[in-house]
Amino acid sequence: MNKIDNLNKYIVKEVLKLDCGKEISNFPIAYETYGKLNDKKNNGILIFHALTGDQFPGGKNPITNKEGWWNYALGPDKAIDTNKFFVISANVIGGCMGSFGPSSINPKTNKPYGSNFPVITINDMVNAQNFLLDRFNIKKLFAVIGGSMGGMQVLQFISNFPNKAEVAIPIACTASHSAQNIALNELGRQAIMADGEWDNGNYLQNGKSPSKGLSVARMAAHITYLSKKGLQEKFGRKLQERDTLKFGFDADFQIESYLRYQGSVFVDRFDANSYLYITRAMDYFDLTKQFNGNLSDAFKNSKTKFFIISFTSDWLYPTSENREIVIALNAIGADVGFIEIKSDKGHDSFLLDVPDFLSSVKNFLNNSYKNINETRV
Amino acid sequence: MKQEFKIISSLIGKNSKILDVGCGNGELMKFILKNISNNIRGLEISKENVQACIQKGLTVIEGNAELDLGQFPNKSFGYVILSQTLQAFLKPEKVLFELLRVGKKAIVTIPNFGYWKVRTDLLFKGTMPVTENLPNEWYNTPNLHMCTIKDFVNFCNQRNLKLTKSISLSGNKVSHITRRNLNYKNLSSELGIFEIEK
Repeated sequence: MNKIDNLNKYIVKEVLKLDCGKEISNFPIAYETYGKLNDKKNNGILIFHALTGDQFPGGKNPITNKEGWWNYALGPDKAIDTNKFFVISANVIGGCMGSFGPSSINPKTNKPYGSNFPVITINDMVNAQNFLLDRFNIKKLFAVIGGSMGGMQVLQFISNFPNKAEVAIPIACTASHSAQNIALNELGRQAIMADGEWDNGNYLQNGKSPSKGLSVARMAAHITYLSKKGLQEKFGRKLQERDTLKFGFDADFQIESYLRYQGSVFVDRFDANSYLYITRAMDYFDLTKQFNGNLSDAFKNSKTKFFIISFTSDWLYPTSENREIVIALNAIGADVGFIEIKSDKGHDSFLLDVPDFLSSVKNFLNNSYKNINETRV
Repeated sequence: MKQEFKIISSLIGKNSKILDVGCGNGELMKFILKNISNNIRGLEISKENVQACIQKGLTVIEGNAELDLGQFPNKSFGYVILSQTLQAFLKPEKVLFELLRVGKKAIVTIPNFGYWKVRTDLLFKGTMPVTENLPNEWYNTPNLHMCTIKDFVNFCNQRNLKLTKSISLSGNKVSHITRRNLNYKNLSSELGIFEIEK
């Protein structure tokens, strides 16, 4: 955990009132930046991460020693060009990569918060990250971008701060978590809480680790990130290092082995309580309800230019739900573009090498940036 | 067809809010953006064309005009453009009324099936016409509801839709279509360009 202490952190001194009613202050937000902020301070991009992401979309993650989660999209000359833009990415509160979360130490007890951590929402996450802009003295960002839960944060950010971003790119997301989304998250949470090692959330202080439960949660979730076709093409019924079925419960099939592997590597980098808290935040997300059933009202004070992207094979946050956002924006005459990218890679498409997706983001960002700078000269 | 773009643009007031339905690869939008108004967006069904529009820096929504015009509020655009697409819809009448609900004015252009070359193709060759404006064969044409300029004028008159401008285009020759010359223009025009109000 020492390595985590060395990450960039901004201590928010201000009081943040959470949706649950509790107030927090003097809390850390762990962040990373890429590229250089220009003199006009108008090339800033804030990237919001998804459920199990962190503040390292690009480069190398110093904790896991793996490439950043958005390595295909972010870097010099890539879709989000760090030669051109100054990219900020923060770990959400509730997370486990240095920001204020359930594994943080409660100064009153000198023990990790565990289950005593307050329940947080997407709204809380966004409000917390907004403080980070003060750290860089940025009045207005060029862009806010995020996929999946990151996309929900994009929507909430524009709603909370209507004129703090020139453009917004919510990707593969929804304005309201569906019953199916909640059900799938509940499955993951129950897997964690059913693990005796979870110990009512106090595993850290009691030297335990609910890695079995967390691993099952990850396996179940991982299936939802892929498409049936993608799974079939990659794995089919191929057997794992054997020629015949073994008539047992070992991993006979490659898909089983793959999922077990995904589960096992996940527990090394992710905190089980963070998984509970962040999935809860996603489930509570209902921007439409925040505006009494009229999603358009969430954006009515904003001049931000939207570009919404969905994927054909994404059944977790399908095109229809992304289109709801487009419809709400059109209803108030907002500036909105929309594209559905053809891909067999399911919800995970936004994290993978999908050329049509990456070129769309690149073209949109570069053209918008050019327009903004031309009209302002 | 550059001439068509020029005529459409000449009908549009400066800085109006415009929707280009079936905007294709965005060439017309680009032209209007540069010359008339930067408040323009497109609706396009083909993913490839949507990509092309994004590459040009245009605002475009991937969608189907027969299903997705409903999301725009009444009279939310000054002009709604439909360039050479009406004939490709399953229900062109419904789409036309949607255009006039969403826009204060609609600009509709139609490839004229009454054009003399089209008529002679059918008359002398006895095959379905293939021309510059109608480049497809019968088996792969996206056009479901071809009409002539005369058909379209009658259609609008029967529904009390006001044709505030009716323009004929043949090659680069631009002329006005009137009640008097309708039969002749129906023979000599490759394209009809109409500004319509309800």
